[in-house]
Amino acid sequence: MGSTDDAARHPPPRAGSRLCVRCGERKAALKRPKTLEQICRECFYIVFEDEIHQTIVNNTLFKAGERVAIGASGGKDSTVLAYVLSELNRRHNYGLDLFLLSVDEGITGYRDDSLETVKRNEIQYGLPLKIVSYKDLYGWTMDDIVKAIGLKNNCTFCGVFRRQALDRGAALLKVDKIVTGHNADDIAETVLLNILRGDIARLSRCTFITTGEDGPIPRCKPFKYTECIYSPNAYRGFAREFIKDLERIRPRAILDIIRSGENFRISTTTRMPEQGTCERCGYISSQKLCKACVLLDGLNRGLPKLGIGRTRVGVGAYGQQQAKRSERNTSSLQGKHGNFDF
Amino acid sequence: MAAASSCGGAGCGGPHCSSSAAAGAEEDVTSERLRRISIAGVCGKCDGGGAAVAVAGGVGMCRECFRAHLFGKFKLAVTSNAMVRPTDAVLLAFSGGPASRVALQFLQEMQSKAIQSWETSNSQALPVFGVGVAFIDEISVLLPKTKHETETAIEDIKAIVSSLSPGDKAVHIAPLEDVFSSESKDVESRLREVVSMIDDETGRDDFLRSLRMLSLQKIARENGYTKIMLGSCTSGIACHVLSATVKGQGYSLPADVQYVDTRWEVPVVLPLHDCLAQELSLLCEIDSLKTQQLLDRPSSGINNLVASFVARLREENPSREHTILRTAQKLKPFSFNKFSANGYHDFLPSRLRPKFQNVDGDGSTFSEILCLICGGPFSESELRNLESAKHKVQKKTDLYTAYCCQSCRSQIVPVDTNTFEHFFSLLPKFWTEKVDTASVSSLRDQIEDYLLEDSDDEN
Repeated sequence: MGSTDDAARHPPPRAGSRLCVRCGERKAALKRPKTLEQICRECFYIVFEDEIHQTIVNNTLFKAGERVAIGASGGKDSTVLAYVLSELNRRHNYGLDLFLLSVDEGITGYRDDSLETVKRNEIQYGLPLKIVSYKDLYGWTMDDIVKAIGLKNNCTFCGVFRRQALDRGAALLKVDKIVTGHNADDIAETVLLNILRGDIARLSRCTFITTGEDGPIPRCKPFKYTECIYSPNAYRGFAREFIKDLERIRPRAILDIIRSGENFRISTTTRMPEQGTCERCGYISSQKLCKACVLLDGLNRGLPKLGIGRTRVGVGAYGQQQAKRSERNTSSLQGKHGNFDF
Repeated sequence: MAAASSCGGAGCGGPHCSSSAAAGAEEDVTSERLRRISIAGVCGKCDGGGAAVAVAGGVGMCRECFRAHLFGKFKLAVTSNAMVRPTDAVLLAFSGGPASRVALQFLQEMQSKAIQSWETSNSQALPVFGVGVAFIDEISVLLPKTKHETETAIEDIKAIVSSLSPGDKAVHIAPLEDVFSSESKDVESRLREVVSMIDDETGRDDFLRSLRMLSLQKIARENGYTKIMLGSCTSGIACHVLSATVKGQGYSLPADVQYVDTRWEVPVVLPLHDCLAQELSLLCEIDSLKTQQLLDRPSSGINNLVASFVARLREENPSREHTILRTAQKLKPFSFNKFSANGYHDFLPSRLRPKFQNVDGDGSTFSEILCLICGGPFSESELRNLESAKHKVQKKTDLYTAYCCQSCRSQIVPVDTNTFEHFFSLLPKFWTEKVDTASVSSLRDQIEDYLLEDSDDEN
């Protein structure tokens, strides 16, 4: 093959092992799921980061000087997101002011570890961290909620509260944009689930790349792939398994699902529900009361079914709150954080 | 394109009564099943107090009410979409499975009733629609069966149709490879060759479905039929919704999930659109309607994965298939998803005509560009791609490729450009001719100003 000098400088790859298709020098360490190319580690980092950079540039996701909050769960997706964004920000001079924003749902044992990871991320990547907790915002932790209502519909509460928590946290930090670690698989799954549920309005919005006030609304597990301890949802499990099987047969199917989602012929009248604000807390809402206030009312009045399902909840005057829950009722939504201008 | 066969393997558990010898055993199974179902209580619809044999729409129903419930859905689909005119000759695509078996039964019932009214009517002005049955045999691309098995199966199918009264219905049994009959002597090897050029399993499956539609169109055209009726039911359509989504066909998806599809030379209608596969199978059991599924080609690749997925969803929630269909119905259909030929609705009684008033157009053909292979309408990006291809085109095959939708291009058309030409040369001329005429007429448009008409007289 080469001279002994060459061999000393560059130990040749073992006979039979493959070379990276990109650099042709290093040993291929993995197969890219997207293209099935065999590629070495260094090149993988390079193409991966470059593709993210291209996505950011081609979709003009940011403007210089913007304050951007990275939704950080401590999971692999948001950790990678934090790393890549801070790296690209530095390398390509995006000029962004980056923060880590984490939500503490108050699930003992589940969130504790992830919050530790996020605190490590704060140090590793030098990104300031802000944690918003359900307890502070709503007066209830998920542990409390599950104790009150059990394991049915708890995901609905968590999802609604989390969505708002991110937005409220972002408002506190006075950020211009929120970035989350949703990847193609998440979006593809969301497209499928919206078809299965008949949610045409969400179906039209869920492939948008820009997270606005009515951007993608993941309901249960926006950042982590690992199962939340409170979620026994078999239905979502089927969809996830289906997507995994699909990827095995045809890797590009994930992107094909997203392409379908983008091309669905949905009439524009179904896209945007009328945007108003919640009477109680000022959050964006198409009804008189935002979803979180409706759900909270239910919790505080011991009527946990309020706001669950399709029946329209009467939005007339609410009765007296139970005395012992009164401090929860007047919590954060109006007092501490005031009204929000979004 | 909606599947012509029953529900593409989405779990029709219909009985496979293929021979009279097994009939005795079959009956035991059926009555056993009925006894189990009867535990559901009494019929909630009628006062007859009959045992409930099925649950539909949340209500337990006796045999008669259940049958009436399904027939009602069939009839409603036919009448509210003006599917069958008195002057029509309807060709029913019969796969042998439960769904198309029920379609055959119901269609024949409708015809009988129409004949009865005609016989007792004073004017007898309007005729009664005609009915024929088509079975496309895919034996040459199926896993090998013995000659005896296939012959028996075909005889069964003929027997099923002839057992219906009144009268003789024409049965057209054609092998799939007949789509090549006008262009080739050895049609069977031609079919095998073109299929072998498709690497992707799902692509092969979908390609065969497209050929099946072409075959039905050919039979209809050559025998003077004016409508093709498919037995596609909710379950099959729901599977199609998901598999089309997964293949990136989100734009064209609405075209295949409506009641009416006039893209084709002979319009296609789907009267079992709102019936679940389970209900149709159950009806076949209850009424001992014979089915013959030996020659069913099971779906493969992604289509098969989707079918299993939908089956699991169905177990978890029986109305999931309806929900999937409802979502798809909220997508905007295309102009060819309704009858808009001038005067089409004239056959309707005047009280029903206002419903269709805004629909009757000037009879002009729709403007969408359709994929050469699957017939799917082109999305904006596919149109852009076609426009730029038209200008850059070097060879005919470049143009053919540009007339294929993105999904067909990636899963059916061979990747190797060297085999392109050969592949397109093997395709049914009916498909490639359309591109040839389109490109010729566009050429003509470009030079129109410079052409002299014969009648031009310089003097």
